[in-house]
Amino acid sequence: MADLLNAFAIAGKAFFGFQAIFFALLAIGINVHFGYTGLLNFGQIAFAMLGGFGIAISVSQWGLPFWVGVLVGVLAAVVLALLLGLPTLRLRADYLAIVTIATAEGLRLVFRSVSATPVTGGTRGLSAFNRDFIALAPWDTGRRYNLIGTTWSGGELWVVTVGWILVALCSLLVWALMRSPWGRVVKAIREDEDAVRSLGKNVYAYKMQALVLGGIFGAFGGMVYAVGTGSAIPDQYQNANTFLAYAALILGGAARVLGPVIGSMLLLFILQFADTGLRSLIANGVIPAELLSSTDVAQLRYVLVGIGLMLLLVFRPQGIFGDRREVMLDAR
Amino acid sequence: MPADPAPHGAHAARSDGAPGTGPAAGATRAAPQRLAQAALRDVPWEVGVAKPDPAIVVDHVTRTFGGLTAVSVDHLEVQRGGITGLIGPNGAGKTTLFNLLTGFDQPNTGTWSFNGRDLGKLSPHQVARLGVVRTFQLTKALSRLTVLQNMLLGAQGQSGESFLRALVPGTWKAQEKANTERAMDLLRRFKLDAKKDDFAGSLSGGQRKLLEMARALMSEPQVVMLDEPMAGVNPALTQSLLGHVKDLREEGMTVIFVEHDMDVVRDISDWVVVMAAGKVIAEGAPDSISQNKAVVDAYLGAHHDAPLTEEEEDRFLAEDQAAERARREDVISSEQGRKRRARR
Repeated sequence: MADLLNAFAIAGKAFFGFQAIFFALLAIGINVHFGYTGLLNFGQIAFAMLGGFGIAISVSQWGLPFWVGVLVGVLAAVVLALLLGLPTLRLRADYLAIVTIATAEGLRLVFRSVSATPVTGGTRGLSAFNRDFIALAPWDTGRRYNLIGTTWSGGELWVVTVGWILVALCSLLVWALMRSPWGRVVKAIREDEDAVRSLGKNVYAYKMQALVLGGIFGAFGGMVYAVGTGSAIPDQYQNANTFLAYAALILGGAARVLGPVIGSMLLLFILQFADTGLRSLIANGVIPAELLSSTDVAQLRYVLVGIGLMLLLVFRPQGIFGDRREVMLDAR
Repeated sequence: MPADPAPHGAHAARSDGAPGTGPAAGATRAAPQRLAQAALRDVPWEVGVAKPDPAIVVDHVTRTFGGLTAVSVDHLEVQRGGITGLIGPNGAGKTTLFNLLTGFDQPNTGTWSFNGRDLGKLSPHQVARLGVVRTFQLTKALSRLTVLQNMLLGAQGQSGESFLRALVPGTWKAQEKANTERAMDLLRRFKLDAKKDDFAGSLSGGQRKLLEMARALMSEPQVVMLDEPMAGVNPALTQSLLGHVKDLREEGMTVIFVEHDMDVVRDISDWVVVMAAGKVIAEGAPDSISQNKAVVDAYLGAHHDAPLTEEEEDRFLAEDQAAERARREDVISSEQGRKRRARR
């Protein structure tokens, strides 16, 4: 019982941890792209990587202040969005999907390559760039704090606090945009581009704006992740994260302001709870060691998430926040 | 000459009990304005003829897909303020011409203009902003938007549609309110006001057609291009749709529509343009069309209605039988060929 409570507490920490913020920001961006505008961006992690490395390179390599690094990261994401969008947004949706997935993988390989090592640190990445940021914390970052059965370092707590404020601000922005006529146009583009064109809207410009906006959210996610881990390593930005963010978005409900946020928190909670819970069950002998060893747990928890998602799609296809009526309509 | 001698009368009479006829029709509007019809009275029924007051002028437009020439129109003028029916057999290039005129497709050659303004290089949204709005053959209701949101999307010049101003509701709230009122007026006219908060995807096929037309009207267009507005709509709703189309003319809009139902075309058109195999083969008043030999040939094939002499009958029979024999032999020989190949 104590083990279970412990697992619950650890999972609770994951529920609020910087990784949940990371996925929440990725998923908010994907929500703008996919949920509202209907753009298939399968390379959201590339924006996150540019965000994270924007800070890391600016501070560690170029010796610029932290906040300039944030600006560099955001600008890099904007440039990437424009580069991805310019050739593909006039074409069918599939082309953006192909280009983004290739870009995400390509950029990671470039960042970890030997020739990029002088700038990006190659496979070892960069570190020691978040001191300025941690120093801003209003509390003592040296000591550890106990909150509802979990311990947090002061720095961690500061990253998480700022991160959730960022998530709240981004959600607020999405909410404000999506209730406006701008949001209406964007949602209409998701339904049928040609109809929107025939009503005098410049579909291309709207798609580009949405792509840039969602990309910036993704960059923020990467920044939180880089600052949270204290390092930026290209291989941290595997494209599997994009798909986990999609899973979080679908879990929470696409085209809902809070869908991606709650979805990410739950996703991280389930992953962590399954991990700690299964491990303690194995350690206590409740699950025989022949059946499942603790090394299998890391893989098994993703299987559990997959089963959970399947059940969700069968019984609640709209996700947690979605509107069932809306999901059940024909696409056209 | 008109198919409908008391032009608005028939429609006005219907509007008493029939569903869907708008308040603009009939009693409220005193004299029906069939200015276009009057203006077109003396225009000869010739392909490419000049109209007294053309809104749209098309010159030498061609569009080919590979080896197929989908559209090849030398000269076409569309009278302002009238209803022009565009008819022709399947594959005649009507929809392709629509796509070209509204910027959804680019021609290989040719120019066309609206109010004297060249539309050749404009993209669809620019054409729409000039006041030429279209609907689609396959209705494009925006399913997961409500009916009212669909309507509001049609309004032009909304400041809230710019990214930055969208964040300051003060800049667009008043406009939104005015647009909503106008949208509700239109929805009432189209008998969709009770459905304003339903998803457009939950409407029936006919209601979607109505919504698409109402949405197009939200943009306060000067030219409305309707691609098969009556396709797949039940007869009762067709009448109400027809009423709405006539109302557009009453409001001074230029209407171009594609339709297959000849009764409908005869009922509401002021002028009919017939296309076949990408070309305009005839144009004229509705009555002129059914007697036009080129049109009849295009629709039904040449020689369909000339009485056959006995010799001809025999000859055709013999030809048919010969063709049938040849076909069978073909089948047999190809089968034998297959067997032979299989043996090898």
